[in-house]
Amino acid sequence: MNEQKLSADARQAGPGAAGPPGGEHKDTARRVGIPSGTAGRNLGLIVALVALAVVGCVTAGSRFASLDNLMVILSLASVIGVVSIGMTFVITGGGIDLSVGSVLGLASVWATTLATQTMADQYGWVVMAVCALAVGLGAGLVNGVLVAYGRVVAFIATLATMVAARGLAELIANRRTQIVDVDSFTDTFRGDLLGVPKIVWIFVAVAVAGWFLLNRTTFGRRTVAVGGNPEAARLAGIKVRRHTMYLYALAGLAAGIAGVMMLARTTAGSSTNGTLYELDAIAAVVVGGTLLAGGRGTIVGTVLGVLIFATLTNLFIQNNLDSSVQAVAKGAIIIVAVLLQQRLTARSTTG
Amino acid sequence: MVSADPQPFLTMQGIVKVFPGARALDGVDLEIVPGEVHCLLGQNGAGKSTLIKVLAGAHQPTEGRILLDGEPITIADPVAALRHGVATMYQELDVVDGLTVAENVFLGHELATLGFSQRREAVRRTRELLRRLGHPEVSPRQEVGALSAAGKQIVSMARALSHDARVIVMDEPSAVLDSEEVANLFRVVRELTSAGVAVVYISHRLEEIREIGNRITVLKDGRTVAHNLPVSGTPTTELIRLMTGRSVEYAFPPSSGPGPEAPVVLDVQGLSLRGVFRDVGLEVRAGEIVGLAGLVGSGRSEILETVYGARRPSAGVVRVDGRRLRPGSVAAAVGVGIGLAPEERKSQGLLLDEPVYRNVTLSTFARFARGGLLDERAERAAAQEQAISLHLRPPGVDRPIRTLSGGNQQKAMLARWLVHGCRVLLLDEPTRGVDVGARAEIYALVRRLADAGAAVVVVSSEIPEVLGLADRVLVVSEGRVVHEGPAESIDEHQVLDMVMEGSVA
Repeated sequence: MNEQKLSADARQAGPGAAGPPGGEHKDTARRVGIPSGTAGRNLGLIVALVALAVVGCVTAGSRFASLDNLMVILSLASVIGVVSIGMTFVITGGGIDLSVGSVLGLASVWATTLATQTMADQYGWVVMAVCALAVGLGAGLVNGVLVAYGRVVAFIATLATMVAARGLAELIANRRTQIVDVDSFTDTFRGDLLGVPKIVWIFVAVAVAGWFLLNRTTFGRRTVAVGGNPEAARLAGIKVRRHTMYLYALAGLAAGIAGVMMLARTTAGSSTNGTLYELDAIAAVVVGGTLLAGGRGTIVGTVLGVLIFATLTNLFIQNNLDSSVQAVAKGAIIIVAVLLQQRLTARSTTG
Repeated sequence: MVSADPQPFLTMQGIVKVFPGARALDGVDLEIVPGEVHCLLGQNGAGKSTLIKVLAGAHQPTEGRILLDGEPITIADPVAALRHGVATMYQELDVVDGLTVAENVFLGHELATLGFSQRREAVRRTRELLRRLGHPEVSPRQEVGALSAAGKQIVSMARALSHDARVIVMDEPSAVLDSEEVANLFRVVRELTSAGVAVVYISHRLEEIREIGNRITVLKDGRTVAHNLPVSGTPTTELIRLMTGRSVEYAFPPSSGPGPEAPVVLDVQGLSLRGVFRDVGLEVRAGEIVGLAGLVGSGRSEILETVYGARRPSAGVVRVDGRRLRPGSVAAAVGVGIGLAPEERKSQGLLLDEPVYRNVTLSTFARFARGGLLDERAERAAAQEQAISLHLRPPGVDRPIRTLSGGNQQKAMLARWLVHGCRVLLLDEPTRGVDVGARAEIYALVRRLADAGAAVVVVSSEIPEVLGLADRVLVVSEGRVVHEGPAESIDEHQVLDMVMEGSVA
């Protein structure tokens, strides 16, 4: 009799727990709920962006609502945007990279030294671009080796690189601004293409490539696995350490690309380029919906996050408001966005 | 020690605890009288841990009541438990390494006036408690991280006493101690009980229970099968009989076993992991299921993980189909077709927020991909095929795996290695957190895999499971293989006897 009772209980507890009556309906809701969860988050970001635009149109009128100003916003978003795409990969993979801003600065300085520019005069702008990318990739590899193989906590390893790279940039530039005077470089990267600044096109290209890499390739799948549960990834046969190293290298490479874009925008290499960009990038990534703990990343969200901050900055400038007020508003947005996300995540995981 | 007609001051009646998908406790009674050592006995999964968590306020019972001095009480949280005089020493000692002994003892109820901590007073009282425990050599100002496991246990006990505990629950306190330290522990326990404190003592070592215990309550499958047995006068055979035997007979598939010509697929020789296990040899033929039986901490899980390359062995060789494996490399093991279903499915096996199909293809997505481009349609189709053949419920593979029950998560784990096409399958506690119905399915599946030519190694704390499922059994105790033989030539009592005997230092 006991046996009967226990097995009856177990039967009740087993499938019963998996799907209560009416579970069918709930299941279908959840099945469409996976894409719509991300889409829903992105929709929220779009609403926020539109709201900012409306506020801009109302308060600053045509100064804000013009094609020229739109291009200003997009240019502003582009450099930080490329940095943020790289950051999205590192954070999705469960890490953090504080060095990207400094690495951007170092890349911009290294690519504009007298020696590099002399070579570029001879062989073309490619020399400068390759130099910046190589610096970014190299710094990223250093981070990657330290974190993945040296087992240094990512926060500390990249903090060290952040400080060191900034110092190295100052040493190389001797704290002077290095003007770009290679015409082929400025011809290639400055100006518009189809009415849109070229650096914006670069951002678009990087974002599309990033989206593809994260969502459609084995590299992206490994990134999510490593960030979501490194132990499970390891036991499934994924080379977690090697992949972690790649992620930091990728973020460094993105910082190098952003360095080139910075040179195009400002025509000057300076050791102060990219100061605090790491924090702006982290803010954009997190506001965009990438989980800071890793395991979930969204490139579309990151792009929207970057656009929100760029629009906000522009809105304050157009209204002649203090940049300090802007900083307070930025902080508030970060907190609100993260609180909202936590609510959403909590709801999707319970029940 | 115990008076002739002791009145229980703490009583648990008809405690039921239901977790989603499992009934951990199904009517447990426990009576504790002052000054006794009450031993809680039962196999792994019998419900001991759940019961003490209910008593400690960490779990709320679904049904049943707890009486203290005849009054029904609710133990809402661990603080309430301490207020009622119930202190618990968990197996994984819950002390803070970075704090001093005195700070640990008064953690959560710091002595303070107007917010200023009275460190001197805390040190004084701690010294007193340590003296009472017979350990005046431990300094209250010492950092706990520097203490041995035995020392930490003393701190944990001092903390219990600082709360004026009337009952101290000790969950396998001797597991981390050597024989001298155990003797010391017993001296402390005797002092506590002679002062009227009751001790609830959980241990797998019958010898210890004989030495220290007064009365025994035996749990099996979440129920009390015997309570208040006197320690003296209950023969060991009787205790083992009570602990073993299943109220639910699992449906084990008939053992076909390997044919006489079946080749050895997995060949492990002299495998050792310093401080954990020594000189383990293991040969598994195609179509064979080998079971590893042993207590938690005997080294059985570590053996699997080392074969799999998740730990680097200090000595020994692993061969698959005669090819020697690079030690300490999971990628190499997976490459030659070894699969592991780890013990902690959720923390070691799954990406909980990811859809089922991506969990199923976690080891194979690169194989479906072309030039680094994922082919999610092929992945989903492969996962769906397995989901149907394994009767995954619900059968959809797009939902997050978090939403599946334990049994279905385990099926997805096995599906991963089915898609991979494993030669060797290592299963660590394959039915932990799996309900009865799904268990039978998993057993049948494992047998089917073996029949298809896989070499399977199963580790389980549940001896009937090992005996029922495996063709051949290895009994592991204290990091050594103490017995090897066909599963049908040995019974549950003998195995339990061996693992418990072997564990006495």
